[in-house]
Amino acid sequence: MDRQEMKTFIAKRVAKELTNGDVVNLGIGLPTLVANYIPDAMTIYLQSENGLIGLGPKPESTNSDPDISNAGGEPVTLKPGGMYFDSALSFGIIRGGHVDVTVLGSLQVDETGSLANWIIPGKMVPGMGGAMDLVTGAKKVIIAMTHTNKGKPKILKKCTLPLTAKYQVDMVITEMGVMTVDNTGIHLVEYNPEFSLEQIQAATDATLLINNPKKMVVN
Amino acid sequence: MHKLLDISSIKEHLFDGMTIMVGGFMCVGTPEVLIEAIMQSNVQDLTIICNDAGFENRGVGKLIKNNQVSHLIASHIGLNPYAGKQMSAEHMTVTLVPQGTLAEQIRAQGHGLGGILTPTGVGTIVEENKEVLKVNNKRYLLETALHADLAIIEAYQTDQYGNVIYTKTTRNFNPIMAMAADKTIAFSREMVDTLDPECIITPHIFIDYVVKAGL
Repeated sequence: MDRQEMKTFIAKRVAKELTNGDVVNLGIGLPTLVANYIPDAMTIYLQSENGLIGLGPKPESTNSDPDISNAGGEPVTLKPGGMYFDSALSFGIIRGGHVDVTVLGSLQVDETGSLANWIIPGKMVPGMGGAMDLVTGAKKVIIAMTHTNKGKPKILKKCTLPLTAKYQVDMVITEMGVMTVDNTGIHLVEYNPEFSLEQIQAATDATLLINNPKKMVVN
Repeated sequence: MHKLLDISSIKEHLFDGMTIMVGGFMCVGTPEVLIEAIMQSNVQDLTIICNDAGFENRGVGKLIKNNQVSHLIASHIGLNPYAGKQMSAEHMTVTLVPQGTLAEQIRAQGHGLGGILTPTGVGTIVEENKEVLKVNNKRYLLETALHADLAIIEAYQTDQYGNVIYTKTTRNFNPIMAMAADKTIAFSREMVDTLDPECIITPHIFIDYVVKAGL
C-alpha cells in the first residue's frame, strides 16, 4: 500500500466503528476521510468544535460560503437539522460527554492509552487546539494513524513527547491492525493479513497482547 | 442609534499595554475592519486573547506581523508561521491553552466566576503551576477567569439597541467575549430596525459600540 491507500484503508475501517445515531467529531487530516465511508443508511451527527452539529460534505467550489467552516477552517455545508452554537457550548458538548466518538491522528500512543499529538518541543509547536478537551470528554477515543513514522514505531511502551492526555485512548486503528486499550495493556484484536503478527509486533514498541486476533476486513 | 462609532474614533478606546479579546476561529467571524483600525493606531505591547494566531496576513496575524503583540493567549498558532518564529525568538510570549478551557475562562469572567474546574490537561504540561482539586475523587485543574479591557467582535445583524445575531460558524467566541471585557465593540455587517427577541444571541447590554460596515 502506498501512503494514500493506507489512509483510505484506515478511514474505511474506522467508519465500521460508528453506530447509527452517534455524535462524532473527526479530527483534521486522515480522520476527516472517515466521513466519506459512512454508509448511506446510517445517520451520524458530525460535530465540529468551532460550533456546529450536522457537518455536511464540502461545497462545490462555485457554491462555497466563507461563513461555514469546519475546525480546519475549510468550507463545509450544513445538513438538514444541523445547527450552530458558540465555543463554550461546543466544548460543553465535548467535555460534558455528549460526543460518542472522537477520531484523531497522533504522533505517539502508548500501552496505557496515553497519547501525544500537539507538540514536538523545539520543532513544531502548533498548539493543542481542541484535542485535549476532545480526548478527555468523548465517550470513545479512536486514534487513526499510520502504524509507524517512516518505520519508526509510534505505538510505544511510554510516550516520550509531551502528552495530550493520560489514559484516554480506547482504540488504535492503523494499516496493520486494530488495537484496543484497557487496564491490562494494548490488545491486537484484528490484523491486516498482508502482514504477519511478527511483522506487526516488530513495528510496535509496546508489547502487543495477542489472543486469537481476527482478520481486518475492509471493503 | 447612540452606540454607533465611527471607525476613526476607535483609537480613543485603545492604549499601550492593554488586553484585547478578538472573536473568530481561523478568521471566520473575526472583525478584520476593527483589526485594521488597531493597526493604524499603532498601539503597542498588546495582550491578545483569541482562539488562534490567524494567518500571517489575516485576523490577529496582522497585529502580530505589525509587531504590536507582546503576549498571545490562544489554543493554536499552527497556521501562522510568523507567530511561531516570534515565539521562538522570544519577541512574543505565547500561552497555549486547550480550546475548551479558553472558552470557559472567558465565559467565567463574563458570568462573574473566579474560574472553572476542568479535567482537560490533567497529567500534561498544562497542569504545571496550577492548582489541582479533587472533587468526588476526580482530579480537576483550577483555570482562572480571563478578563480584557476591550473585546472586538463580528456581528451579522445589529438592531437599533445593539442586540446582536451572528451567522453560521462566525459565532464561535464572539458571544462569550462580548461579556468578558470592560468594553465591547461590534463590527456589524448589517443594521436592521428590529430583531426577533426570541432569537437574539448577544443582548444589547453587552455591546458598547457598533461600527457599521461600509462606513
